Amino acid sequence: MTLEIIGVSVLWLFLFLYVIVASIDFGAGFFNAYSAFTNKQHILTGIIQRYLSPVWEVTNVFFVFFFVGIIGFFPKTAFYYGTTLLIPASIALVLLAIRGSYYAFATYGAKINHRGYIYMYGLSGLLLPASLSPVLAISEGGFIQMNGSQPYLDYWALFTSPLMWSIVVLSLTAVLYISAVFLTWYANKAGDVKATDLMRKYALVWAGPAIVTATGIIYELRAHNPEHFSRILDLWWAFGISFLLFAGTVYLIWKRKNYGLAFILLVGQFFSAFFAYGVSHYPYLLYPYLTIYDSFTNEAMAIALIIAFIAGLGLLLPSLYLLFRLFLFDKDYVKGKSDHHA
Amino acid sequence: MGFEDTVLLSRILTLLTLSFHILYATIGVGVPLMIMIAQWVGIKKNDDHYILLARRWARGFVITVAVGVVTGTAIGLQLSLLWPNFMQLAGNVIALPLFMEVFAFFFEAIFLGIYLYTWDRFEDQRKHFLLLIPVALGAAASSVFITIVNAFMNAPQGFDILNGEFVNVSPLLAMFSPAVPTKVAHVMATAFMTSAFVLASIAALRLVQGSNHIYHKKALLLTMKLGFVFAVATALIGDLSGKYLAEYQPEKLAAAEWHFETEGDAELILFGVLDGEEPKYAIKIPYALSILAHGDPTAEVIGLNEFPEDERPPLWIHYLFDTMVTIGMWLAFFSFVYLVAEWRRWQFITKKWFRWLTVAGGPLALIAIEAGWWFTEVGRQPWILRGYMRTSEAATTSDQVDLMIILFAGLYFILGVGTIVVLWRMYKRNPVEKELADRQKAEKGGDLE
Repeated sequence: MTLEIIGVSVLWLFLFLYVIVASIDFGAGFFNAYSAFTNKQHILTGIIQRYLSPVWEVTNVFFVFFFVGIIGFFPKTAFYYGTTLLIPASIALVLLAIRGSYYAFATYGAKINHRGYIYMYGLSGLLLPASLSPVLAISEGGFIQMNGSQPYLDYWALFTSPLMWSIVVLSLTAVLYISAVFLTWYANKAGDVKATDLMRKYALVWAGPAIVTATGIIYELRAHNPEHFSRILDLWWAFGISFLLFAGTVYLIWKRKNYGLAFILLVGQFFSAFFAYGVSHYPYLLYPYLTIYDSFTNEAMAIALIIAFIAGLGLLLPSLYLLFRLFLFDKDYVKGKSDHHA
Repeated sequence: MGFEDTVLLSRILTLLTLSFHILYATIGVGVPLMIMIAQWVGIKKNDDHYILLARRWARGFVITVAVGVVTGTAIGLQLSLLWPNFMQLAGNVIALPLFMEVFAFFFEAIFLGIYLYTWDRFEDQRKHFLLLIPVALGAAASSVFITIVNAFMNAPQGFDILNGEFVNVSPLLAMFSPAVPTKVAHVMATAFMTSAFVLASIAALRLVQGSNHIYHKKALLLTMKLGFVFAVATALIGDLSGKYLAEYQPEKLAAAEWHFETEGDAELILFGVLDGEEPKYAIKIPYALSILAHGDPTAEVIGLNEFPEDERPPLWIHYLFDTMVTIGMWLAFFSFVYLVAEWRRWQFITKKWFRWLTVAGGPLALIAIEAGWWFTEVGRQPWILRGYMRTSEAATTSDQVDLMIILFAGLYFILGVGTIVVLWRMYKRNPVEKELADRQKAEKGGDLE
């Protein structure tokens, strides 16, 4: 395995983790707002806040990790993506800022339960994946044009592209689906029957759209980037596994059985699809300008980064375990029996 | 829009984001240490007031951390969005500390979450205290790593350039550039000092407002002590920073001091305005610049005329330098007076005018932080990578930067106002007198809300 592959795998793994934890976060905000809209807020708010409060900042770090890491391992991405993504990335930053600060301002600090805030928070959770996911479409090529030696983003091509919109819709449905499955499990753990039933319903509602749009994207790619499409076909078995895991999750949720396992299957489903997609993208970071080989950093830096990464994980994994043990797997905390915040 | 405009606009947006971020970042680095010390004193003295102090500081800290995190994320991404040419070049050499900074931040985020949500969960406060160590360490470490990145931009090393590409890169050598010791030490000391004075401001404000509670007096004395220690440390490190500049970035020091001719017996210029090459209305301290630069009153100090005109920083950085140094000196002096008066039991420090001066300390320290950073950043113009890459070569070619300035200015305005309103409400609704009474009631029986 070459250093390039190690580098890109590490980043892809962190992007995957961000997708999962951020989906839970974004979706939870939306469900919270939706339940306020339908006057069911009393059912969900407690559960959602108990989960999100200690972890929202950690969620954010996964994102920072990804973009710092990609500049570190592949500095040329700064040139292509940095130059072209000024507007979409800035909008995403503003949305992230609204969410992060809302969390501290409204739920921790002043305890404002104004509906306007709740709706804004919920809506920003949907706009964020919508503003981040077009980057995946851009990486397929066809949207970044060169003006002399300077790249620019062809907004017209992007906004009229069915591929871009399919990816946006997929990200939205996936966010809601992932979040609903997780919260079903979490609410069940808390022994909260009403919240469990509500979240179970949402999980079943969003399962269909999520799988349909995911399939739709593969179809779109056939026309947009045939080279990529054919590599996806080579990996059909990985997508097949993903589909089986999906079926398993839906079955368990439907039968009200073992929500914990259902969530694990869901992670497995996204993991195999996400990695198969990543592998089929190989070797391009930006089709056709940038491969992982011509944009890779020098060897000394790559080795230094990998060593730092291993040392960092040595520190992080036990800490994350502690965090989960205290807040995710602690019965009294999950059930809301004790509120020990400062 | 021309390319020159884009460079200027990119600089303005970066300035805006960083100026806003460093207020929160400084507090984010300094306050965990203060919380840690308060909790430690509370455990040692078995005094609940200090524990409560730690708890109330922690509550406010969450608000500032949240804004610090989101603006930090903004500047992290803006580096690539606004300076893509710089990042693709420098990323080859300086990615390691950036990467490590994220790990430190990760570490801090995890333990901060645990610390904040486990109050009263442990029987023994000492166990809870242990959680603060990784928080404070993580905060300090991330400031160290990010300052290392900045130090590299001021004194690049650890690579060779061949046909515009970096070769023979040594990540460790690049991390430990000559600017690192003074910069890192100065950043840490000023962050601790500023946080101490900001917290002292709050205590003093409550006393001015008429509360006479012993809790605020304890808070004030503790923070003034800490403020004094770190102010003295800052002054000592500041002197070393002057020597560093004389050695490695003489043009920055020369521009800050309006020192044009290379000569010995150099005088230090305080305040004043520049008329051509002649400072007017300035206080001139003989030999002081030579002492600051080389520790020898007669030593020769390199003047600005040694540098080609297009490699000189703007001369107005002198005012920034003066602002920073004057405030730093004042705060060291002021806290010293306070401590002596406290020790001798002089009554004037409890007078209203003196309390108001104490209240001013926190904001003044924050102004000094801003002035100091503007000085160091503008002082390395026209370079983004001193000696290697000019700022004008590094900026984006995107022509929508002006819109983004408006977008982010609006965001920072909302976040700034939000911080003030939320903090104000949080403490207004729950003053310490009320919280103490509630806790006493809770101990007698019944639940704590």
